[in-house]
Amino acid sequence: MSTTAKTALVGFDEALTRYDPVMGLEVHVELNTATKMFCGCATAFGAEPNTQVCPVCLGLPGALPVVNAKAVESAIRIGLALNCEIAEWCRFARKNYFYPDMPKNFQTSQYDEPIAFEGYVDIDVPADDGSVETFRIEIERAHMEEDTGKSLHVGGATGRIHGADHSLLDYNRAGIPLIEIVTKTIEVPGHRAPAVARAYVNHLRDLMVALDVSDARMDQGSLRADVNLSLKPSGSETLGTRSETKNVNSFRSVERAVRYEIGRHAGILDVGQKVLQETRHFHEADGSTSAGREKSDADDYRYFPEPDLAPVAPSRAWVDELRGTLPEPPAERRKRLQAAWDFAELDMRDIVGAGALDLVDATVRAGSSPTAAKKWWLGELARRSNEQGVDLAALPVTPEQVAGVQALIDSGRINDKLARSVLDGVLAGEGTPDEVVASRGLELVSDDGALGDAVDRAIEANPDVAQKIRDGKVQAAGALIGSVMKEMKGQADAARVRELIIEKLA
Amino acid sequence: MSDHTRSSAAQIAAALADGTTSVEVTQAHLDRIAATEPSINAFLHVDAEGALATAADVDRRREAGESLPALAGVPVAVKDLINTTGQPTTAGSRILEGWVPPYDATVVARLRAAGLPILGKTNLDEFAMGSSTEHSAYGDTRNPWDTDRIPGGSSGGSAAAVAAFEAPLALGTDTGGSIRQPGAMTGIVGVKPTYGGVSRYGVVAMASSLDQVGPMARTVEDAALLHEVIAGHDPLDSTSIDAPVPSVVEAARRGDVSGLRIGVIRELAGEGFQPGVQSRFDAAVEALAQAGAEIVEVSCPSFVHGIAAYYLVMPSEVSSNLARFDAMRYGLRVAPEGVDGPSAEQVMAASRDAGFGDEVKRRIVLGTYALSSGYYDAYYGSAQKVRTLIARDFSAAFEQVDVLLSPTAPTTAWRLGEKTSDPLAMYLEDICTIPANLAGLPGISVPIGLADDTGLPVGAQLLAPALADDRLYNAGAALERLVSMPVLQEVAR
Repeated sequence: MSTTAKTALVGFDEALTRYDPVMGLEVHVELNTATKMFCGCATAFGAEPNTQVCPVCLGLPGALPVVNAKAVESAIRIGLALNCEIAEWCRFARKNYFYPDMPKNFQTSQYDEPIAFEGYVDIDVPADDGSVETFRIEIERAHMEEDTGKSLHVGGATGRIHGADHSLLDYNRAGIPLIEIVTKTIEVPGHRAPAVARAYVNHLRDLMVALDVSDARMDQGSLRADVNLSLKPSGSETLGTRSETKNVNSFRSVERAVRYEIGRHAGILDVGQKVLQETRHFHEADGSTSAGREKSDADDYRYFPEPDLAPVAPSRAWVDELRGTLPEPPAERRKRLQAAWDFAELDMRDIVGAGALDLVDATVRAGSSPTAAKKWWLGELARRSNEQGVDLAALPVTPEQVAGVQALIDSGRINDKLARSVLDGVLAGEGTPDEVVASRGLELVSDDGALGDAVDRAIEANPDVAQKIRDGKVQAAGALIGSVMKEMKGQADAARVRELIIEKLA
Repeated sequence: MSDHTRSSAAQIAAALADGTTSVEVTQAHLDRIAATEPSINAFLHVDAEGALATAADVDRRREAGESLPALAGVPVAVKDLINTTGQPTTAGSRILEGWVPPYDATVVARLRAAGLPILGKTNLDEFAMGSSTEHSAYGDTRNPWDTDRIPGGSSGGSAAAVAAFEAPLALGTDTGGSIRQPGAMTGIVGVKPTYGGVSRYGVVAMASSLDQVGPMARTVEDAALLHEVIAGHDPLDSTSIDAPVPSVVEAARRGDVSGLRIGVIRELAGEGFQPGVQSRFDAAVEALAQAGAEIVEVSCPSFVHGIAAYYLVMPSEVSSNLARFDAMRYGLRVAPEGVDGPSAEQVMAASRDAGFGDEVKRRIVLGTYALSSGYYDAYYGSAQKVRTLIARDFSAAFEQVDVLLSPTAPTTAWRLGEKTSDPLAMYLEDICTIPANLAGLPGISVPIGLADDTGLPVGAQLLAPALADDRLYNAGAALERLVSMPVLQEVAR
């Protein structure tokens, strides 16, 4: 635990007047293989605890691992998509340490022989002024490993092990295949660092989804980011001591974690203290971090080659074959979609900046017009994701459902206002847009019988207005329409109401 | 006493085909176990009910005219390092006391599929770490030739059971000689197959890159029969070789060394080798030459570094393989004394302290040290290089000869307690057997008579290239026929 006295946070802009940040990002991607990395157990998320386990992933005496070929394939495709070299021969290694959620008390991982290494990705980072700048992030390695189980600490105030009465262990996750993607150090102009970190993780998410190798859901932990950060005095070449903020679980939080750590490190360095090399926990509520486990370069995992597994030696022919299965690179895809949708550059920046490209694309493919798709995702839904502090993609609504809402508007069954209620219902898990319309009774009334009666009552209640219309002041019809809409609780087809008023009075 | 316990497995199989029942044979061995165990202590667990049920089932199927595997109905004993459903598997350790595995090891599944009644589980040095079976948490096993002496180890329980006629066949495991050396000490045949020739799935791991399961029997032919039951590719073991099993039974029945080139390893003789062992060995070499073998002296200069390399590689893997015994999911759980509301870490430490014996702890500490950052290259890294050198020595030797020959162990069985206070002296007993494990090659120990100086059994070891296990059975069977090995009349108290 930290023994350093608490120091003041320095403002982000002020910190950057004296220091330059150096970042490194480690992203863990849970693969979407049907079975685990080294056994045949299922990998489905959310199953009853300890129901997807066997002698191998429980680490029972005598059990032995067998490599999941599909996971190796996914690892190679990820490596290729990150422009990495693919090892001709590599091994697994054991990372030895004791922890109750790790059944063997070693993690089967890769150490000095990763399956993929020396790559890069180019990411587009939007700025406040609407411009987009491209940064190249260099990839050090992407390696295969197995996930650990999950500990649930019961009775402590924080949900952490410290202070807990007891802990529960769920080994369903133990042995799920992971790819760990590690960047080289990232040095960008300090004020861009938080946005670059966010855009990089967002880019990886899009890439994993495009490759169809992972659900890449940060909210479910199938994509997890660790943010390593240190500061060096402006202009200096000497690297500072880094902190490792673990398991940051949204794009927005990645950005906030970088900002916070820059301010925290600056506060420590300003008063001449030393930054501790430690892990940090990120707190969603206030965007702060707190001390975790102290680390040092003396941490010794006693890595050695896994003797229970044969080396992995992917043939060049196989690697080439897999290269042929890669999806369209994101930049090319963006250009293609911009042309197909006939959008301005600025429209595309807005969409990419909001992390909504896949969502808009899928909504269009589900039948919506590009303009309508953009309107929903960047308007109403963006507002809700901000309110709830979750990523757009994490909202419980699918592009197909959004397209369904738009189809209801286009067919005249609902209007824009009712559409918001339909979305409320979908987000509340009440079913498809059609089901919500039916169960909430949101369909517009365009039946002349019901509307005619309401129009008659409105004319009767507003004789002055009715007279104006008879006198030819058709624009006065608005007041009567409003009265009808009020009576019908907004569910009247306004165009038809207008027609009926004119028919009756003109 | 019954004849059946004095019969070989092949003889029992023939008798079963001829009308004898497996129940009768199995009961005879259970009776023998009951009579002999008080002076031998070869078994940690006897499963009379399970063995007789299998025997009855085989008898019923035979009666119904089913065609049965060669060894169906012939009882077998299993080293207690190998997982068996329905019977405990303790690895000879307190930390697994009472643990009943929820799954069978692949080799056990194959025994069951072949209809062999499993008599029980045999004693061993804890987690197979030792050369005398004195490191078991459940008491010593005694050598049937002299119950004041050790039976060798770590498969000492399996060796003693077979030597004392408690079982015609047994499974052992061999990481540095743990089948061959107790075979030699108790006057029986023990085989370490080619690494990857027999599945390790369900065998409690000691050192993954060295461990191998193998047969133990009183004749070379019996060992070959059991070898063919357990060998062959297993998709659950990634180090299992996907290749046809060598025809070892056919080789054992051939037993012809005329024209065979046999290399005698120069480095495995002389100083440190008991005169009674050396003279018996020299006589065996002479007999092979008389039978038409071409005897060549070969040099394997790297073998002298075998023990040093072994005692780095093995404990390194041990330190990692045994980390899973942490009291969280199975096995012994001990609360630390005087701690109120202990942490998981404290429970792990207290349980491992109480559950592991001294030799196991010694090796965990050695291995943890050898893998440590800053020491890895000097220790584990160098040891792996020595393995490569030893493999090269073997390759060079097998360009000159078909098989290699040496004593299995430098001495005959020693007295209980004689070497327990001197681990290094005990480690030196494995000097002849370790190179084959480091190189992944097959080896057999064949009894070649009693030493003139101690009157105790002496074994000779034959080694062959990977996947050439059949050469061992051929040469081993010839050697067996050429030497005069007395039959143990009764357990000697």
